[in-house]
Amino acid sequence: MKTVTLTLTNPSELFLEGQNITPDNFAGKKAAEIAALDVWEGKQKSPLGKYFSVEGDGGATAAETKIVLRGDCTRTKRIGQQMTAGEIVIEGSADMYIGGWMKGGKIHVKGNVDSFCGIGMEGGELLVDGNAGSHLGSSPRGEWRGMQGGMIRVAGSVGNDTATFINGGTIVIGGDADIHVSTHGEGGTVVVKGNAKGRVGGQMVKGDIYVYGTIENPLPGFQMVGEVEQEVDGEKARFVHHIGDLGERHPVSRGKTVYANLYTRI
Amino acid sequence: MPKKVENVGCPYCGVCCDDLVVTVSDDGKKILEVENACAIGNQIFHHATGGERIRLPRLRQPDGSYKEISYDEAVDYAAKVLHNAKKPLIYGFGSTNCEGMAAAAKVAEKAGAVLDNCASICHGSSFLAIFDNGYPSCTLGETKNRADVIVYWGANPAHAHPRHMSRYSIFPRGFFTGKGHKSRKIIVIDPRHTDTAQVADIYLQVKQGHDYELFDAFRAVVRGHEIPDVVAGIKREQILEVANILKKARFGTIFYGMGLCHSDGRNHNVDIAISLTRDLNDFTKWTIMAMRGHYNITGPGAVWSWQYGYPYCLDLTKRDIAHMNPGETSSVDLAMRDEVDAFFNVGTDAGAHFPIDAVKHLKKHPWITVDPNICMASEISDLHIPVGIVGVEVPGIVYRMDNVPIQYRKVIDPPEGVISDEELFERIHKRLCELEAEEAAKGQVKAAPEGVRAESEP
Ligand code: SF4
Repeated sequence: MKTVTLTLTNPSELFLEGQNITPDNFAGKKAAEIAALDVWEGKQKSPLGKYFSVEGDGGATAAETKIVLRGDCTRTKRIGQQMTAGEIVIEGSADMYIGGWMKGGKIHVKGNVDSFCGIGMEGGELLVDGNAGSHLGSSPRGEWRGMQGGMIRVAGSVGNDTATFINGGTIVIGGDADIHVSTHGEGGTVVVKGNAKGRVGGQMVKGDIYVYGTIENPLPGFQMVGEVEQEVDGEKARFVHHIGDLGERHPVSRGKTVYANLYTRI
Repeated sequence: MPKKVENVGCPYCGVCCDDLVVTVSDDGKKILEVENACAIGNQIFHHATGGERIRLPRLRQPDGSYKEISYDEAVDYAAKVLHNAKKPLIYGFGSTNCEGMAAAAKVAEKAGAVLDNCASICHGSSFLAIFDNGYPSCTLGETKNRADVIVYWGANPAHAHPRHMSRYSIFPRGFFTGKGHKSRKIIVIDPRHTDTAQVADIYLQVKQGHDYELFDAFRAVVRGHEIPDVVAGIKREQILEVANILKKARFGTIFYGMGLCHSDGRNHNVDIAISLTRDLNDFTKWTIMAMRGHYNITGPGAVWSWQYGYPYCLDLTKRDIAHMNPGETSSVDLAMRDEVDAFFNVGTDAGAHFPIDAVKHLKKHPWITVDPNICMASEISDLHIPVGIVGVEVPGIVYRMDNVPIQYRKVIDPPEGVISDEELFERIHKRLCELEAEEAAKGQVKAAPEGVRAESEP
């Protein structure tokens, strides 16, 4: 594995769009070639090297390329967008769309991220040590296939609209979640280890949600059906099992109606 | 002899009344009387010739005062601001015609700007819901002629759309609704007991911010499931009663307003309202409609969707790729996050409507206001360009709240020398092309990005 280190030395005036910062685009390139890749500041296209110093060459393939970002990336969007393999480590915080439409590989953000991170994700791993904004692992606007696969782990809290239209993959939130979790969900799993504000599983067809803390405003469309013991994220615990959203359409499989499951920890 | 102009459209609210009769003075310069309009509609016409109007563009001077300049100078200034900015924002269009909107879009594309309209702080969340869930809607004519159950949810037409109830929903006698009000059931759902609620047969006082839960309860009931005793402050019996009325209607329309779009959850409140509408179509005919605010705020959605595929929050900075994602490319978010470096306020008042921090950020950069009148935005601008008032002095196409296009006419001429939005933007576009050509001739073509796709492997 070869490591390319990008250090933000000359911050942009507006926000930077760094969709080229992926192992896929860096693979097979020398440091100088990487510095010549495009980034956008509004309508202005510039080489990456205008803002970042680049050290190290990319590996032969994306899988053999690791990117380390240093400096304040809170005004850089789209890092790791559409990446398929390899690794990115962001030493601090970053802006929107981190790991958006990601297919494989791993991103580790040591600070916070803003909204729309991991949207349309299909595979790979996105780890955030801090908090995430809204629309984490959600679907892009108007797209009815949200997160399809992969794993998102946020140690802190998240904003609203987590996992909208999710139909695969797993999201684990260490802290609290704001309103709307797995709205329109058709699969996948979301675990909220803190509290959820409300509208958990609204219009949800299939899939699982676990909430360890409280739900401030539970939806009337979810009904308690019993208690179960389940293993979640490596630990066994007892949960109250609810099914819903009863207001939504539900498919029938082998003569039985399939509902979404909401488990609240006892 | 004063002249009477008939079938005049009202350039105020989304009801787009097109039955006004306007009496104009002998010399065609003054509006004497406006018939059929409501109080607000009346005002918009009288305002045009009532007081002093700005007749020339005004440019801010170093001492803070405004100096009048020619339209040519203003066009040059505006084009240069757009040309030099990295990410200009062009926002507004609450009160202009579709011709002006199309011309502004040409400018935005040329300038690599973000193009947004007032839906961004209004019914934009409806668009998001419609993208996700469809729009089982109808025209206002269908409601008038067929509907026997009307729901106003989070909307107060008694104040915001004064003639909506009399022209289309509650009172008119239509083809299949010959008994008018007598044969219709009116349901109003709102946290406040509004003046619209006064005329309702049933009023549900939903707990503020909990409309989503109430919709969910209605949906569960419609599908025959149990619900808790009280949801969002409404008793189960009442929910069952209303659900029964909804199911037994011959034809129903849900009109919804800012109560859904601008309380917690926003697009999802509309989203679930659409889901309920769809569910009800298993039993009878139900439709839903957004109570769009201004007379032609439906226009930019129609025009720009046709041009770019998206109705608002259009990021055209990559020119050949239109990108839209409210939350990122929406005006207030761009301003709050300090993402833009020039601002065009067109036919609206961002100075009054935006949060103060957003205004402060925008004020760090050039701010240009295009508006017939003096407003808060015009008074804090670097440049104010006056234009003719659409529907009074400038004709054009407008879209009513139900997406029906209507040809508006003019009743008087604009003040001498004052041009239309369309002409202004056409001239700015021309100047932008010239600036680009000049720069190309000097051999320093601005980096014109070809797209946002990743570089291919060597
Ligand atoms: S209801 Fe609206 S469109 Fe009709 S006259 Fe009043 S302001 Fe004008």
